[in-house]
Amino acid sequence: MNFSKIRSEAVSDWERFKSKERAHILVGTSTCGRAAGALEVLDALTKKIEQRGIDAEIAQVGCMGHCYAEPLVIVAKPGLPAIAYGYVTPGMASVIVDNCLLKDDPCLEFALGALEDNELIPTIYDMPRFEYENRLILRNCGDIDPQNINHYIANGGYATLESIFKMTQKGLIDCIKKSGLRGRGGAGFSTGEKWEITKNAPGKATYVICNADEGDPGAFMDRAILEGDPHAVIEGMIIAAYGVGASQGYIYVRAEYPLAVQTIQHAIDQAENLGVLGHNILGSKFNFEIEVFRGSGAFVCGEETALIASIEGRRGMPYNRPPYPATRGLFGMPTVVNNVKTFATAPLIVDRGANWYNSIGTESSKGTAVFALAGKVVNTGLVEVPMGTALRSVVNDVGGGVPHGKKFKAVQIGGPSGGCLPESALDLPVDFDSLTEAGAIFGSGGMVVLDEDNCMVEAARYFLDFTQKESCGKCTMCRLGSKHMLNMLEDIVHGNGKIEYLDLLTDLAADIEEGSLCGLGKTAPNPVLTTLRYFHDEYEAHIIEKRCPALSCKDLIAYYILPDKCERSCDACVGICTAEAIFSGKKRIKVVDQDKCVKCDTCVAACPPEYSAIIRVSPASAVPETEKRPEKAK
Amino acid sequence: MAQAKVKLTINGQEVEAKSGDMILWAALDAGIFIPNLCAIRDKDHPQTGCRLCLVEIEGYDKLITACSEPVIKGMVVKTNTERVDRIRHTAFELLMSNHNIDCKNCVQNGSCALQETASKLKYKLKPERLPSIVRSLPIDDSHPLFTYDPNKCVLCGKCVWACEQSGAGELQFAFRGIDTVISTLGGVPLVQSGCKGCADCVTVCPVGALVLR
Repeated sequence: MNFSKIRSEAVSDWERFKSKERAHILVGTSTCGRAAGALEVLDALTKKIEQRGIDAEIAQVGCMGHCYAEPLVIVAKPGLPAIAYGYVTPGMASVIVDNCLLKDDPCLEFALGALEDNELIPTIYDMPRFEYENRLILRNCGDIDPQNINHYIANGGYATLESIFKMTQKGLIDCIKKSGLRGRGGAGFSTGEKWEITKNAPGKATYVICNADEGDPGAFMDRAILEGDPHAVIEGMIIAAYGVGASQGYIYVRAEYPLAVQTIQHAIDQAENLGVLGHNILGSKFNFEIEVFRGSGAFVCGEETALIASIEGRRGMPYNRPPYPATRGLFGMPTVVNNVKTFATAPLIVDRGANWYNSIGTESSKGTAVFALAGKVVNTGLVEVPMGTALRSVVNDVGGGVPHGKKFKAVQIGGPSGGCLPESALDLPVDFDSLTEAGAIFGSGGMVVLDEDNCMVEAARYFLDFTQKESCGKCTMCRLGSKHMLNMLEDIVHGNGKIEYLDLLTDLAADIEEGSLCGLGKTAPNPVLTTLRYFHDEYEAHIIEKRCPALSCKDLIAYYILPDKCERSCDACVGICTAEAIFSGKKRIKVVDQDKCVKCDTCVAACPPEYSAIIRVSPASAVPETEKRPEKAK
Repeated sequence: MAQAKVKLTINGQEVEAKSGDMILWAALDAGIFIPNLCAIRDKDHPQTGCRLCLVEIEGYDKLITACSEPVIKGMVVKTNTERVDRIRHTAFELLMSNHNIDCKNCVQNGSCALQETASKLKYKLKPERLPSIVRSLPIDDSHPLFTYDPNKCVLCGKCVWACEQSGAGELQFAFRGIDTVISTLGGVPLVQSGCKGCADCVTVCPVGALVLR
């Protein structure tokens, strides 16, 4: 079948779906939506619509980026603007069907905003984040049904296949090179150059691998793309395969992403059935097949050489580079390994041209950056901003800042290999080089915001604990060096730190960085180095004063009930304390028995806000003398 | 046909080596000591795990493992700079902090690669900066021929390679991070594995982890 026929069928399918004649409903059912209950909402919508006999089309779409407001539902009814509803429950879904679809009440009380200009309510594009956002990689996520290849094709998908077949391999690679695209996996190597090296490397076969082994805590960009727009990744892989002359591709995806695995496999099957993937793509002589390879949950397999070892059936352990996979990779053959986002970008560059892509971003970092915004930020979710956007805008304007009136402390960028940047670094532009200079790394795009309640030593300990546990054990520096560093950090958060640890941590970090075999080891000290650099006072407070400035390290804090704030008639804390550590003292003012307190924090939550009588103090020895628990009457 | 020879400089000394050979072997053949635990001459894809053989090579910013870098004509290598020594000393201290130092009762005493490294580079066996993090894992003495003491193991992987070469392929790395060990499939005692008793693993073990009974 030729492509124009495929496209015209896709377009008519899409137009039927988007028809203004009947209502259509989109439910975000990516993993983030499902976790918030999207499937129950979908079920409620479907049943209610059937029950009421309404003619409406329901489609499941990927992540719309507003993960904080999941489950998200978009309703487009003839005569009303398309409206996005957030925090939808099955009950609300039922009300929306009855009031909005049956009657003409747009249920504005549930609405996040409209998707088009109208006279009823503001659009979601009026939110401050849209001033910064530029959804290129996420262009289709949340708009199209990822299970329906027609939706992708109708929105311009697979159109580049026709144009690349008219290009030479060199012409295609030159186009990618000229665009300035740098790999989105973290290191930011020029994608065009990588493809060129691979193409020119000798070998009987060439492979293209999509690295979807996303494992950073708090990062979910790649998952969202695979679940929301799988065909963009497939199309990008086909482009790469044509450029380097590969006929076999692999998508290495974590088995812990079952929905992504299922979605991408379904997409591959659809693409093969339609002839845009597989043998003689679109009637050309070009063959390219993709196999989904499920990784079994080793963080280190995100490192390309370990990933290759894993596909080859060996233990996922990195090996020395050079040779780089581009010259000697999978089964000893030249191999392109790129991140999900890199592949998803390639079709846009081919379609709109290298100059167009080159015009977005900064001098050295082109295009857009996708971040998974998580932690202490109002609008958690997926954001995509042009490279060079100030970190402050991402956190405060796109992310909506820190919730509950708390003070911003740091933003952790780049996952366990990244670093914690303080307030003073917020004016940095987000691009590959600025972040590296500040001690963090661009990484694959995890961004975790920390507020005043987060202890920075504990944050460093958390990330180092992660890398230490995920170290493959092959190289001395990473296996043992990070363990020694972790032991010291554990001592510090438990109040057993020594001041000479600070120098030793710095020295070991430098040696591990310089002496490790792979990227995991080389970057493992980053969370420690950046916190030592920007939050040195917190380390000193822990070690010298046994004080945790964030009042978070359990061994360094104690709970105290302010006598002048405690309400005599209230026993909320006494009732909730499972350790029976709180008793009613003289005049019925409550007192914490420090010997019994397990520091679970539930009393703080139980104390009514109008009293807020329970406080944490650090160091633990700073608790004022309190009355002793009376001996129990016999 | 004799293999082509190339000349390179190591620590100012001119050295002749076979083209394609790794720097490590060129140096050792010429009597220049570079510490190493995991390097195997015949092995494809050098292990590069122990990090002891890092050297400086003119033209490279990074330190390079001598076991993985082929010699080229005119190459200038330095194995004794302050930078090299700092990193390999740290690596050595790290290894020793995780090694059950019990030389006088150890079968390998006198032929141990750790002792050789310490004596040639004038390092102390017991690390000065780092506390001991030796594990106390059970010793596998199930096999009639040899024993495996994971608390002395430096995880160089030579036994894994030797076992693979022998055709048995019974040994592999298992677990991650500090818990990494050399293990049989499913962690069964050596005698219950498919071990054919060639003891090649004992021959290649550079320390006292795998020793004959």
